Amino acid sequence: MIAGAGLDAAFARVRGERRAALIAYVVAGDPDPQTTLAVLDALTAAGVDIIELGIPYGDPLADGPTIAAAGQRALEGGMKFADSLEIAAQGRARGCAPILFFTYLNPIDRFGAERFARAARDAGAVGAIVPDVPLEELDAFAPPLRAAGLAIPLLIAPTTPPARAERIAAASTGFVYLVSRLGVTGARREPDVAWAADAVTRLRPATDLPLTVGFGISTPAQVAAVGAVADGVIVGSALIDAYAGSRGEEAARKAGRYAASLRGALPVK
Amino acid sequence: MTAPQRPQLPNAAGYFGRFGGVFVPEVLVEALARLEAALHEAFDDPAFWAEYEALLRDYVGRPSPIYHAARLVDGPHAPIVFKREDTNHTGAHKINNTVGQALLARRMGKRRLIAETGAGQHGVATATIGAKLGMQVDVYMGAVDIERQALNVYLMKLLGASVHAVESGTRTLKDATNEAFREWAARVEDTFYVIGSVVGAHPYPYLVREFQKVIGIEARAQLIDRYGRLPSDVVACVGGGSNAMGIFHAFIDDAGVQLWGVEAAGHGVTSIDTAASLGAGSVGILHGSRSYVLQDDEGQVRDTHSVSAGLDYPGVGPEHSYLKDSGRARYVAIDDAAALAAFHHTARREGIVPALESAHAIAFAQQLAVERGPQGLVVVNLSGRGDKDVRTVAALEGAEIHS
Repeated sequence: MIAGAGLDAAFARVRGERRAALIAYVVAGDPDPQTTLAVLDALTAAGVDIIELGIPYGDPLADGPTIAAAGQRALEGGMKFADSLEIAAQGRARGCAPILFFTYLNPIDRFGAERFARAARDAGAVGAIVPDVPLEELDAFAPPLRAAGLAIPLLIAPTTPPARAERIAAASTGFVYLVSRLGVTGARREPDVAWAADAVTRLRPATDLPLTVGFGISTPAQVAAVGAVADGVIVGSALIDAYAGSRGEEAARKAGRYAASLRGALPVK
Repeated sequence: MTAPQRPQLPNAAGYFGRFGGVFVPEVLVEALARLEAALHEAFDDPAFWAEYEALLRDYVGRPSPIYHAARLVDGPHAPIVFKREDTNHTGAHKINNTVGQALLARRMGKRRLIAETGAGQHGVATATIGAKLGMQVDVYMGAVDIERQALNVYLMKLLGASVHAVESGTRTLKDATNEAFREWAARVEDTFYVIGSVVGAHPYPYLVREFQKVIGIEARAQLIDRYGRLPSDVVACVGGGSNAMGIFHAFIDDAGVQLWGVEAAGHGVTSIDTAASLGAGSVGILHGSRSYVLQDDEGQVRDTHSVSAGLDYPGVGPEHSYLKDSGRARYVAIDDAAALAAFHHTARREGIVPALESAHAIAFAQQLAVERGPQGLVVVNLSGRGDKDVRTVAALEGAEIHS
């Protein structure tokens, strides 16, 4: 099986439309599973191409206050690891955009990497991003996921030396995730669009995978600027902020409206 | 000295057996690699150690004495000897490590130190050396701990540090550590993260051990000098585990010396209100390394409890997990009530007010000394003094202290 076949199809489609993919991150069960499902539908209807579904974790080292608080809301609502898998399965059954999981090693380790790989595949998910596992430690969870045909996009940071960035790109599957600036996720600090553009250009010869950019991207103008150079634009915290405090259809309307504003900003290349 | 026969740990990948490793976001990987390169270069430079040792002597007040606590136990018992880390400048073993890391930071050209703190001892020790070396210090501390440890918060500010309240999660040491990692990720170019215990991603567990092992090196020589023999037992409290690794390390090759780590049982190891990561936890990943972690079936890190803020932590250093699994060290737990009793007993019988953390080790040593009998020799790492805990203990006992 080709790792993340659903992802490849999504990127092929956006390439045909001569634009970057819009990738949206939400936390499963924030603030409840029904809201998340309604939001997934609304994001898909608004033209989001790929969804990163965060499996809530209480100690998210790579995340800023918005995503940490969203995870806390979900956990306080009683979300379990298996509930996130169930949300993905229901979302896919309803025809929403391809889903990648985003979570940390400890909950995967506890659930069991092999069991997670099977369950994620059965849920129709296309991959998983685990931001606290660098290249050298991938064996901690990756082999069973790869065997199940799931993509494992890896992150490259502004601090990553060029030779290491090439090794990371070579080990990535599905796409490569370029972190647009120092620090953790969150819309409080602006992305470094110039760095991201430069990084995309430098890495292009090293990989055939789509090069996506995330961290700190929150406005249509930033989406336009990053979308002009990258193959995908990832928006998380700002989207979560857009519907925080709402539930159900109201949350879905807010998420959909915000996602549509970003989707409309993606330039044709 | 003869070369040790056992393999050098951690290995090149940062592992002690199956424990340790580097589980951090990519943005920090290069910073950790540079730290490792810098520490090897510094450790090979006699001038680095000369400066470190001079500061330990003239500024920290080392070597710390050993002291026979003769009135601690009645009836036939093994002598109990305290290694007096409470006599250090700032009142605990923490300063051994912050002096070393700050010198390393300066050598790496960093201008700013950040630190996490629970009880505030590591924050104070970082603020202290920051003041001495003229470096900016930012300390991250859970909002709950800031409330509990107002005195140390004020002390850090007196020393010129900024104290940042952490409002996420349980608002205690675990969350302060998360926040310090996040802050490091945001300011990795000019900032050095001074971790306070033998925890975190490689090379921190190794680095902190190397700066704390002076405790055991001194104690071993002092015991041989005074008693003409090695101790039967070495006892130390374990939260993250830096004072324990510090005193254990020099004795690891002495097969006849039993090493004991004493965790905080809180209200009991099997209760939900505990901090005994080795006694009640399971293997997981927290703050950058694989080790024993107090967690639930979902892999969510549990809330912890101990009367001692310095032991109130859901993780433990990976080398302790290795020593537990290999059987070289044994780990036991002492609950709040027994630690408080030892706190009072040591004050009344020895005229020494120990830190509540150290009181856990003393409580266990009292039992052990009786069990060993007069042939034994039990050394306890008295990791800190208890001034910081006076208010906590008074409040628990309904006494009010007006300041």
